[in-house]
Amino acid sequence: MASALLQIQDLKVEYHTEDGIVTAVDNLSLDLNKGETLGLVGETGAGKTTSALAVMRLVPAPPGKVISGRVLFDGQDLSTLKAEEMRLIRGNRISMIFQDPMTSLNPVMTVGRQIEEAVELHQKMDNKTAKARAGEMLKLVGIPAARAADYPHEFSGGMRQRVGIAMALSCNPELLIADEPTTALDVTIQAQVLELMKRLRTEFGTSMIIITHDLGIVAEACDKVAIMYAGAVVEYGTVESVFNRPLHPYTRGLFGSIPNIAEDVERLTPIPGLMPDPTDLPYGCRFHPRCPMAREICSTQTPAISTPEDGRTVACMIYEGLVPGYDTEEKA
Amino acid sequence: METLLEVRGLKKYFPTKGGLLQAVGGVDFSVKKGETLGIVGESGCGKSTTGRAVCRLVEPTAGEVIFEGEDILAYPKSKMREFRKHMQFIFQDPFASLDPRMSISDIIAEPFDIFRMYKSEREERVLELMRVVGLSRKLVNSFPHELDGGRRQRVGVARALALDPKFIVCDEPVSALDVSIQAQILNLIQDLQDKLGLTYIFISHDLSVVKHISDRVAVMYLGKIVEITDSKTIFQQPEHPYTQALLSAIPIPRYGEKRERIILEGDVPSPIDPPPGCIFASRCKHVMPKCREKAPALTETASGHSTACYLVHDVSEEEE
Ligand SMILES: Nc1ncnc2c1ncn2[C@@H]1O[C@H](COP(=O)(O)OP(=O)(O)OP(=O)(O)O)[C@@H](O)[C@H]1O
Ligand SMILES: Nc1ncnc2c1ncn2[C@@H]1O[C@H](COP(=O)(O)OP(=O)(O)OP(=O)(O)O)[C@@H](O)[C@H]1O
Ligand SMILES: [Mg+2]
Ligand SMILES: [Mg+2]
Repeated sequence: MASALLQIQDLKVEYHTEDGIVTAVDNLSLDLNKGETLGLVGETGAGKTTSALAVMRLVPAPPGKVISGRVLFDGQDLSTLKAEEMRLIRGNRISMIFQDPMTSLNPVMTVGRQIEEAVELHQKMDNKTAKARAGEMLKLVGIPAARAADYPHEFSGGMRQRVGIAMALSCNPELLIADEPTTALDVTIQAQVLELMKRLRTEFGTSMIIITHDLGIVAEACDKVAIMYAGAVVEYGTVESVFNRPLHPYTRGLFGSIPNIAEDVERLTPIPGLMPDPTDLPYGCRFHPRCPMAREICSTQTPAISTPEDGRTVACMIYEGLVPGYDTEEKA
Repeated sequence: METLLEVRGLKKYFPTKGGLLQAVGGVDFSVKKGETLGIVGESGCGKSTTGRAVCRLVEPTAGEVIFEGEDILAYPKSKMREFRKHMQFIFQDPFASLDPRMSISDIIAEPFDIFRMYKSEREERVLELMRVVGLSRKLVNSFPHELDGGRRQRVGVARALALDPKFIVCDEPVSALDVSIQAQILNLIQDLQDKLGLTYIFISHDLSVVKHISDRVAVMYLGKIVEITDSKTIFQQPEHPYTQALLSAIPIPRYGEKRERIILEGDVPSPIDPPPGCIFASRCKHVMPKCREKAPALTETASGHSTACYLVHDVSEEEE
């Protein structure tokens, strides 16, 4: 598509560990248009963070290794850039909110100084303006500006996360990758942060990838959603279509395991079983050992990507007509 | 039901560069045997510090923590060390809370260090604990970074259970996990309570999780409890304006459905030198002049339902 800002094509990333080779991302392809927000959802270990790190060229190597695939940003293949050029893109044109806030925080520098450094470096501001900007950013994420003089260990878990957000947003990036940005935040502050991100979109046309396990956030903040399982995208589409008509049995399972404020359930119904051993992924469809719909063929053949509707993809043999599906009424 | 834990006037102040920071500004609550008390509230309002102060992981500045009739804050260090086995803590962050250089078995067995124990007995106990929390025994010699978040949190649960505690503070044990793993860990925590008769304080900012797991819920704001009642009532008849705003902000995991959201305006006051009067006044849309003068007391408004707000009663902290 002409207006794609980011294109990930057939990405494969492995970690070479003592216990064997972990295929963290396998055959991942995704497009993100300018101004669009994509939610990337999936169980722990699905490869969400690794995919994001691969876009930033920050996969820790060793043990990590990008085996194949390309990442195009604004039409440019990022793997061809020199390390110095890539550094300029990071934090300027693409910025990332890290899952573990301590990754981006320096424990021996005050919180305010760290935000100042980020804006000074990338936006060539003098120190006085940077200081004011840092205070303003803190306030935007709900932290009194006076606390700029404190160190990260004097902040609560959620406050550290908000400092990471303030830092990533302070330089108005073209692409923002937010890895579980609000896991430690209560809903009022989360709403404030989502609002802030929305403003970034309308004011600067920022494109975003929000990695999250919270389907409520996806419904609220995203246009598109990609569901990942064991290294690959199993379902993709607009939020409307995926939420109203989840197709993949894994996606359906995800919706079933959310505690719901409106209903009283004694026990949650998690998807049975655990993520497969990443060094020894099952053959065929990777979800088949946990899939209530699985048939013999699912363990012998890899599902192709079907396009049941325009702009909608799913990797499940039900939609290739190879496996009996859900009741037609339910599917409709 | 018997009361297991009673907390009175608990305060924790931290000295910081900007002045004395009132992380916990005086809270009172009790937890009955076998019960789960949920604590919710804004990020930075003092939930973790409250949990830590109750277990004396940080020394409280003032107050009483009465456990089975005895004030454990009065215990000397030696007695506290012995007592500690009854109270355990599961940490917020499964990424940071496990020592990366220790194997899973060493982490789980660490609490045994203060006791003399044969090596074989120790190994047996570790495997038993791993079985209880649903960890495969294959993982016994693995290291934390080799496990995903859900398994890491199971290790945290196993370690907390090692000394057969009566009471556990769970500090956001599932916040960093995705929904399906969350459900597994929540079910595990509930099953353990039924089986072992455990009592919990369950800290979370996720209201649907708290509703699911708690018998009663305390809502905190800037170091104070503003409302406390059973978990059904807090969701159906919230009284405090902060609780109402909090409930209205929950995103719904369905397309196109939005709640009428109460947006909180105004700045969060600093916990250094908090303003006199009600701590929520600067952001409350119902604010009245007296709210800025004297703080409302946490007062029972219906059986088992207490709120600190002049909209529902007329008792200030001074009069109380
Ligand atoms: N540094 C590393 N060394 C070895 N294996 C790793 C490393 N980082 C990630 N992995 C493995 O790669 C796989 C994908 O991990 P990744 O962190 O990308 O998943 P994720 O979807 O972000 O999960 P989560 O929801 O827990 O953050 C997992 O099996 C993980 O154990
Ligand atoms: N060691 C410390 N030194 C100074 N201030 C601290 C320290 N620990 C916590 N604080 C401050 O105490 C207040 C309460 O922090 P606490 O960690 O209890 O919040 P919380 O409710 O658990 O928040 P979150 O939901 O973000 O985890 C915050 O303002 C925090 O900055
Ligand atoms: Mg991740
Ligand atoms: Mg906390």
